[in-house]
Amino acid sequence: MAKGAVHITVDRCKGCAICVEFCPTHVLALSTAFNGKGYHPPHVVNAEKCSGCDLCGMYCPDFAIYGFKLGKQGVAQ
Amino acid sequence: MAAVANPVEQFLRSERIPHIWCPGCGIGTTVNAFARAVIDSGLDPLKVVVVSGIGCSGRVAGYVSFDSFHTTHGRAIPFATGLKLANPELTVVVYSGDGDLSAIGGNHLIHSARRNLDIKVICVNNLVYAMTGGQSAPTTPETANTSTSPYGSFEPDLNLPKLLDAAGASYVARWTTYHVKQMERAMLELLRKKGFGFLEVVSQCPTLYQRRNGMGDGLESVKFYKEHSKVKNDACLDDLAMDKIGEIICGRFVDRDRPEYGQTMREFYQNKLGAKYRAPEFQDGVLV
Repeated sequence: MAKGAVHITVDRCKGCAICVEFCPTHVLALSTAFNGKGYHPPHVVNAEKCSGCDLCGMYCPDFAIYGFKLGKQGVAQ
Repeated sequence: MAAVANPVEQFLRSERIPHIWCPGCGIGTTVNAFARAVIDSGLDPLKVVVVSGIGCSGRVAGYVSFDSFHTTHGRAIPFATGLKLANPELTVVVYSGDGDLSAIGGNHLIHSARRNLDIKVICVNNLVYAMTGGQSAPTTPETANTSTSPYGSFEPDLNLPKLLDAAGASYVARWTTYHVKQMERAMLELLRKKGFGFLEVVSQCPTLYQRRNGMGDGLESVKFYKEHSKVKNDACLDDLAMDKIGEIICGRFVDRDRPEYGQTMREFYQNKLGAKYRAPEFQDGVLV
């Protein structure tokens, strides 16, 4: 069971990939799909590894992603 | 489906997002750290004021939902001085860039540090004048290529932490956009510190600085900061000058207590003028 999860606001993303690079558990990868502005937003590839540390949210210059902790029942805390 | 909201969202004017900053720009990262620091500090958001000058970082005032001022070029600190002296209960944060604060508003920066006025200055240092087209700024390191120094800059750059220490600031720190957690903690210390606080955030300008100097995009520059930065609290301030590819020394360099300007001023006039002087008074937190 994953300890955390991320929420991505796809339409705000400008595809800089800083979240992908600095995620400590390598949860994210850039998607091949485009968002409305023509950038490649990140998507979750290793959901079970996410610790909900919110480092992606700290780095994101576009306020497009954030992480949060999940409790035992998979409910956000 | 969002189970919990983005912690920054409550402090943003969401209708104005997406912002104008380029892909990979570091200013948004500093806003993340600032929003989290405000949450951690427990300050009443209604008593936090953000004052910005002109430039890319000057746009911060327009994107945050605090009371905010977008002022004339270089004059963010004079506006902040007026705000703080008229209403000492406010936490006044000056959020601006290196060109605005250290070049065009350079004298205001020096003298408010000398007076030790209780304002918190966050200087997003991207090493060039970014919004006007990448001209070289006082903070541009030697040999860096900018639009006004196409053969490389030959001027020595301004060492901001040393300047602020000499001028008398109470708190001086420097971090880069790689050090998000440390930046958040420094902003928290800045918000809690009484007196003039200065935080320099070395930030990337992928469009006008990194691209012209062959240093890659936003991601490459954050990796560069990771590899080339060195944390050295209380470092010798002479060592803090930056060069183009050299080490960036980060940390907290100054943390001292000096008499605060507003308080000193009110006490002075109270003693000199007695009943003729009326200090700002508050009823239920409202200026009367």
